[in-house]
Amino acid sequence: MSKGNQVLEEITSKEYEHGWTVNLETDEAPKGLNEDIVRFISAKKNEPEWLLEWRLKSFRQWQKMTEPKWPNVTYPVINYQDIIYYSAPKQKVKPNSLDEVDPELIKTFEKLGISLTEQKRLTGVAVDAVIDSVSVATTFKEKLSELGIIFCSFSEAVKEHPELVKKYLGSVVPMSDNYFAALNSAVFSDGSFCYIPKGVRCPMELSTYFRINAANTGQFERTLIVADEGSYVSYLEGCTAPMRDENQLHAAVVELYAMKGAEIKYSTVQNWYPGDKEGKGGIYNFVTKRGLCAGDHSKISWTQVETGSAITWKYPSCILKGDYSVGEFYSVAVTNNYQQADTGTKMIHIGKNTRSRIVSKGISAGKSQNSYRGQVHVMKRATNARNHSQCDSLLMGDQCGAHTFPYIDVENNSARIEHEATTSKIGEDQIFYCLQRGIDEESAVALIVNGYAKEVLNQLPMEFAVEAQKLLALTLEGSVG
Amino acid sequence: MLNIKNLQAKIGEKQILNGIDLKVNAGEVHAIMGPNGSGKSTLASVLSGREEYEVTGGEVDFLGKDLLELSPEDRAREGIFMAFQYPVEIPGVSTINFMKTALNQIREYRGQQALDAVSFLQLMKEKMKLVAIDQSLLNRSLNEGFSGGEKKRNEIFQMAMLEPKLAILDETDSGLDIDALRIVANGVNKLRNKNNATIVVTHYQRLLDYIVPDYVHVLYKGKIVKSGTKELALELEAKGYDWIKSEVTVA
Ligand SMILES: Nc1ncnc2c1ncn2[C@@H]1O[C@H](COP(=O)(O)OP(=O)(O)O)[C@@H](O)[C@H]1O
Ligand SMILES: [Mg+2]
Repeated sequence: MSKGNQVLEEITSKEYEHGWTVNLETDEAPKGLNEDIVRFISAKKNEPEWLLEWRLKSFRQWQKMTEPKWPNVTYPVINYQDIIYYSAPKQKVKPNSLDEVDPELIKTFEKLGISLTEQKRLTGVAVDAVIDSVSVATTFKEKLSELGIIFCSFSEAVKEHPELVKKYLGSVVPMSDNYFAALNSAVFSDGSFCYIPKGVRCPMELSTYFRINAANTGQFERTLIVADEGSYVSYLEGCTAPMRDENQLHAAVVELYAMKGAEIKYSTVQNWYPGDKEGKGGIYNFVTKRGLCAGDHSKISWTQVETGSAITWKYPSCILKGDYSVGEFYSVAVTNNYQQADTGTKMIHIGKNTRSRIVSKGISAGKSQNSYRGQVHVMKRATNARNHSQCDSLLMGDQCGAHTFPYIDVENNSARIEHEATTSKIGEDQIFYCLQRGIDEESAVALIVNGYAKEVLNQLPMEFAVEAQKLLALTLEGSVG
Repeated sequence: MLNIKNLQAKIGEKQILNGIDLKVNAGEVHAIMGPNGSGKSTLASVLSGREEYEVTGGEVDFLGKDLLELSPEDRAREGIFMAFQYPVEIPGVSTINFMKTALNQIREYRGQQALDAVSFLQLMKEKMKLVAIDQSLLNRSLNEGFSGGEKKRNEIFQMAMLEPKLAILDETDSGLDIDALRIVANGVNKLRNKNNATIVVTHYQRLLDYIVPDYVHVLYKGKIVKSGTKELALELEAKGYDWIKSEVTVA
């Protein structure tokens, strides 16, 4: 296997592509967390009193809670007093248009392949860019507002649309939901807000890019998407971070609210810095994502391609409250080197004739650990609920691990639940078959992995599917040998 | 085209090939026969570059190049094709996508431009006819849920697409009923020309009624113990392999 090893060497020495930092002057809070820091953040953002109160309440709640220990991941104790909870790139004045945005910032996003200025000319995608704690630019605003669509940073939404924020903030993920959600509720800095009015089909992909830049900084963004009756929106989230020796904390909350007949499609391509080959550094990604199908015939669909982070703890879930509502979860989670992922979903069936579908594809390589954890809960009044779960694991090499933890709770006899699970290995035979046709080893792995993940990748918007395919191949290159 | 001299190979501690000599010229079809376990598949694997097999001696010249020095993918790009005895499944990857990737990597190696979608489709249509294969099969995941016959037919379709100089068919007849056998053999025959060569590996003579060889070699215990023309195959059919075995033991 000398050739295999050689490829493995070459590739694992490949650097994380987005691992650069930018010299941006920042405006920071002092390290540590207490009520004053919460007040500081709120004051920095000129927030109304009700929001400060909400944050303080969350903070007090958080203090009473303890970090969850049930995920199948191990990491050193996090010192919450050693983190900076607010860091904003210094802007002399708040930009009114893109032309006023700090050119360094624009450059930062250009390096990521997201050109905020060019973006205007590309059709189809509106972008909200968040760096460290602050949203720096949202594109395509005017065009969207013609349709009554609101797409802006969270802080702006607090100012411009307080009634909407007040009504829906915490309505899907209550502040007391879990340890990290409570933390986020206390210190969240910015994020994106989106509202689609009744009957409107959002004509373009809405997209947010998150980037952590400053050292020792936690990123706590908050996304809230509200789809009014009969509306439709497709939303994409992407993220990167620089390479650093120390771990950085990312604890986001995403809330989706779908009213009667509305549909929200939420896609994530997660590419936070995973740490180096020895497992040093990397992002701790503790995220709470949940969607509420509040109205009848509503639908929420999560698609995620998880390739980054040192530790991923994430369960995008659907609460199927409306009758005939539909929840979907499509996931590809890749772990390599020393990465650990514990991810999956929860489908809570409350309404009648609700349906859910779970397709999870785990890929483990190197010395990584990859766990799927999924819950399907059918409540008493959810007659004729249906769920289909497919959980596949693909192993590359023999030093990694794949684990599946399905939990099924059925309180109504009419439910139909199907669960399938498979574990397979990329075979030498498959690789050789490709080699014999003139395909090199790297392309062979890419081909096989993309084939394996196809059902999930097919769910992504076209332009991102290609990116995701490349990302998968890049994360795994040379892992067979 | 292919010149094998005293080739020896082992897997693990087990010596399997014990000095093979074989010369194949352009335009020729050679059949390699022999009882199960005699080393036929091993020979095919060594020629195509499977890493598990360790070459312990001998040399192989392919079109003036030292074949044993080349990586498996470069051997393929130089024009060696193997139709597998047991083609593997690759879920989620269609034959079409697979062939597009293969063909373009081979073309790149040869300094040719990648085929555009239209030309690729044209080429595909043409080759599909040759082996009477349906496009719906080519859209499906490679070999997944294919019948034995479909798998073999798909192998020959790939061979048609890649136009190898030397094709090695490993037990392409196994698991085929007579109609499928005829279609597959027909495809192979149509692909024959004076510039390419074929090695047909089989332990039944049945296939050789359809793909008529110029030479027949009998492999036994890792050595070619007898060579002849197509009549040798008929003789083997009539007398069975025991005849060869006893001849070898006597000598
Ligand atoms: N991977 C392997 N490990 C150990 N022995 C093997 C392996 N592959 C083949 N052999 C042995 O090598 C010999 C030749 O096998 P093979 O080349 O498949 O023969 P044939 O194709 O002529 O039936 C057999 O005795 C077989 O058991
Ligand atoms: Mg064999």
